[in-house]
Parts: sequence; C-alpha cells; structure tokens
Amino acid sequence: MSTQGLPEAGTAGAGAPGRAGAKAFDVQRVRADFPALRQIVRGKPLIYLDSAATALKPQCVLDAVNQVYARDCGNIHRAVHLPSQRATQSFEAAREKLQAFLGAARPEEVIFTSGTTQSINMVAHCFGRARLKAGDKILVTGLEHHSNIVPWQMLCQAIGTELVVAEIDERGEVSLQDIEDKLKAGGIKLVAFAHVSNALGTILPAREICALAREYGAVSLADGAQAAPHLAVDVQALGCDFYALSAHKLYGPTGVGALYGRFELLDSLPPYQGGGDMIRSVSFAGTTYAALPNRLEAGTPNIAGVIGFGAALDYLASLDLDAARRHEQELFRYADEGLRAIDGVRRIGTADKACGALSFVMDAAHPHDIGTVVDMEGVALRTGHHCAQPVMTKFAIPATARASLGIYNNRADIDALLASVRVVKEMFS
Amino acid sequence: MMSELRELYQEVILDHSKAPRNFKFPEGANRSAQGDNPLCGDNLTVKIVLDGARVVDIGFQGSGCAISQAAASTMTEMVKGKSTDEINAIFENYHDVVMGKAEINEELLGKLAVFAGVAEFPMRVKCATLAWHTMQQAIRGTDEVATTE
Repeated sequence: MSTQGLPEAGTAGAGAPGRAGAKAFDVQRVRADFPALRQIVRGKPLIYLDSAATALKPQCVLDAVNQVYARDCGNIHRAVHLPSQRATQSFEAAREKLQAFLGAARPEEVIFTSGTTQSINMVAHCFGRARLKAGDKILVTGLEHHSNIVPWQMLCQAIGTELVVAEIDERGEVSLQDIEDKLKAGGIKLVAFAHVSNALGTILPAREICALAREYGAVSLADGAQAAPHLAVDVQALGCDFYALSAHKLYGPTGVGALYGRFELLDSLPPYQGGGDMIRSVSFAGTTYAALPNRLEAGTPNIAGVIGFGAALDYLASLDLDAARRHEQELFRYADEGLRAIDGVRRIGTADKACGALSFVMDAAHPHDIGTVVDMEGVALRTGHHCAQPVMTKFAIPATARASLGIYNNRADIDALLASVRVVKEMFS
Repeated sequence: MMSELRELYQEVILDHSKAPRNFKFPEGANRSAQGDNPLCGDNLTVKIVLDGARVVDIGFQGSGCAISQAAASTMTEMVKGKSTDEINAIFENYHDVVMGKAEINEELLGKLAVFAGVAEFPMRVKCATLAWHTMQQAIRGTDEVATTE
C-alpha cells in the first residue's frame, strides 16, 4: 500500500465511499477508550485539538505500561527469570508490530529510539559522519521541523557538509521540479524531508521525492512523525532509506520512537552509542559489536514505553483504520471550511493534499491571545511557531494557532473550536 | 470563566496593544537591547536615552501578543523620566504581582495594576515581563539578547 491510494484531504473522491466493507466510523466508541477525554477543564469537557503535539492515550496503552511496572518488571535481553522473559517478549513483539505497521521487510530494520528527534540525530551521527564528507550536500525542505534542520546544521559545522533548502510556495507546498533541479546540480548525498508538515499539514509527495533521491544517488530520510498517525505508511512502497517516527503522536507513550532503516544500509552503519546490549564481546584488547537491531540500541531502553507503543499499535490494528482516516479527512474539511468562513481568519498552509493540522491567524488577535481565550472555552490548541520557524518566516508571521486532529475528534469538537474562535474575534475587535 | 478573561484583557491592555505608545526609537538613544520569547516568537527592541542613572526617553518596536505589546507600551510610559532605582522598585512589585507572589502596591504601579490578572494565567507571565527584562538589559548596557527562558 502506498500513500497514493489513501484518502487525502482535498483529493476528489477521497474516502472511496461505495467501497465494499466501508462503514461509518464509530467515533463515540473510540472516544470512550480515551480516559483523558472524560475530564472537565475550565468547567467544560476537554476539547482536545493538539494531537500533532502529542496524542491522547487509550486505556489499553496505560494498562500495558502499568503492567510492565506492576508485574513484568525485569530488564530485557538479560536474565532468565520470568519477569525478564515476559518483558523481553513484549518488547520484541512491539518491534514486530511496528515492522508490520511500517511494512518493513524485517524486524531488525526497526530501531527503537527516544523519538523522532533521536532517530534523525542517529542518522546524522551514524550515517552522516561515516558516509558524508566536506562539500557533500544535504537537501531539506522549507517545511521542516527544527528536529530535521538542526541535526544537519550541527553535522555541517562538524564535518563541512552543506545544507541546501527546497523552499515552499505560498500554499506551503514543495516543488518536485525544484527538488530535481537541485539534485541535478549535483553533490546532494542525503534528502531529508517531512512526510507531513507539522506546522501546515502539507502532505509531501514522499514516494516521488525518494525516487528522485535514488535516481541521483542520494539516500532518503522521511520524518514521519506527523504522517504515521494519519496516513498508511509503507516504507517499501515509499522507497525511503530511513523513516523516523514517534510513539506519542501515535497514541503511545512519550519518550519512545523508532528509526526504520533499509537493512543493508543500516547494517553498514557504525554504532550510535557504546554501552550495554550493543556488544558481542568486550575486552580491553578490543570489542566487537552485536548484530542489528541491538547494535544501535545501547543501554537499557524505555522498556515500558516500547511495550506501550506496541499496545498503541495493537489498538490501531483493532480499528477500521481506513474508516478512521476517512473520518479524519472529513473532519479536516469541515474544520477547514468552518475556519475559512469566519471573517478575519486566514488559513496558513493551503496545500492540495494535507492532513492532521490546520494553522490559522486572525486579524484581530495574536496567536498567543487566541490560545488563551480558546483555552478558557475548554479548547486545547497549539499556538506558536511549532518548532518550524523557517515556515513562519516564509509566511512573514511570528506564529500561528494550530488545531490538529486525532481519531477521537468529532464534529462537536470542531463546532466548539469555531465557536471559541468567534469569541476571540468578539473580544479583540 | 469570562470574568477571568476580562480581568486579563482589560480595556487598558486592549487599548495599548492596539495603539502602543512610544512605538518608535527615541532620538539620541544610547542604550539598546533585543528581547525574544522563543516559545511564542514574540520579539522586541527597546532603545533608551540614558542620562546617568535616569531614563530620559524610551521607545520600542517589535511584534507580539496583546499582553506583551501592552506591557511594553505601558512600561515605556511608566519609566520615562524615572531613575533606575525607581524603575527597579516598580519592576520588583510588578514582577511579583504577575507571578501571583505579592499584593499590588497601587501607589508604585499605578496603571500597571491592570496586569494583575496575568497571575491567573501562568503561561502568560513571560508575555508581561519580556519588555521589562529587555529594558533592564538595555540599562545594564550588555549586548546580550534578553530572553524569557
């Protein structure tokens, strides 16, 4: 499966309504699985529209994490006792679940990390320092989160590589022609790009970008932190060399994520950190390293977090994900139309294909003031530059207000958002 | 709910945010500092004509939320003509009030008392204090960028 075949915002016919087996998504049932939605904030039920920052967690994830500490509290890959066995089994089962979720060819291609940021830094450190040299170029887009900019800048400072940027247009889209032109100019050894923009929701043509990178002899890395919650990801169909993602945006715990790497490439990399679990044997005469995936997972990992991640993937697998994504896309359109209909509201990022996040600014109020006022209405939005300052610079704005969706959001959430935005307007004009 | 919001966004604050006073750099400025709030992207530059220990003139430019703009605007009105000692005393009380750590000294704060509502919104304290930190940086004459972090 590729992202091309999936419902995407703004694409005609998205959602394939008459499809066999397609049924209405039962969002009420899903909502019941998320205990955080049961709380009252500011005297009102929580309206959570900040899933792009971190998604809420279903009860089964909380239970899985709790069980690790309450019962299966052993370290992994070590002792022979039962708690250790259980923890090890659940940990490695999570790897296989993520392999299936990503469509990876083998479980060793999945390296657990502390999140997308660490995954990208791992590529910068291991691949960057081992394979790149002064004068080599790294291509990123103008849409990137700081976590897909700063590691490359640090690498450039350390070894003398150069950063090249494929700028975005006024809709928040990148041009494949521009990317190809830059690749054609030569010297680009790595293309690192967001699969979906965290600030604008733009869906990038990942498959095409990876194909171009390959054609011109560059390695590709997709930052999937925002894509994995909304699109079906198949790393083999995408043709990417690396894919980074976080558990906490996928309804799992914070502090966990993963790096997918194509086996031959990953296997050729030097270790990231030295320590326990990543060795075959250690002596003062010399140390040999373990095989993948352990070689890249030094030290005791976030065991409960990884197992919780596995539970989140189980939870997603238990849903009709196609229906969930159609539901999200319908909601995205509903919110998009609703925001555009309010006089004095300007949407930032109007790409043809977008999902997850809707950024906007208002004539009457600064995003920070929007955030405070809607919070008093019980609506949780993100305001700020979303760790994507170059995007803000491109649009000549200091910040945006951003509503972002999860599988538990419904029309009532969007209605509450729109009502609270009208309150902001009233208050400041 | 709305009463807390009205308390935060009082008319004086809305008025100053829409039409900030001293929103220009004074002629003959001999001190300057830049302030950033990296979390929300607010930024401003404060320039001062400092004569000995007295702020003879002051102005600012920049962009930010209603609270940060109003705080900068009211600050320039408040400190113009005052000595650095007087300014420090005002800021001490202002800072503690917006942090919810002290009662308002009305005599000292005057119009700045409208910022008392900020204490109910801990996430907004930085908005109310950025301009003040920046001004102090300018008075100290260091070239560092003031930040709320």
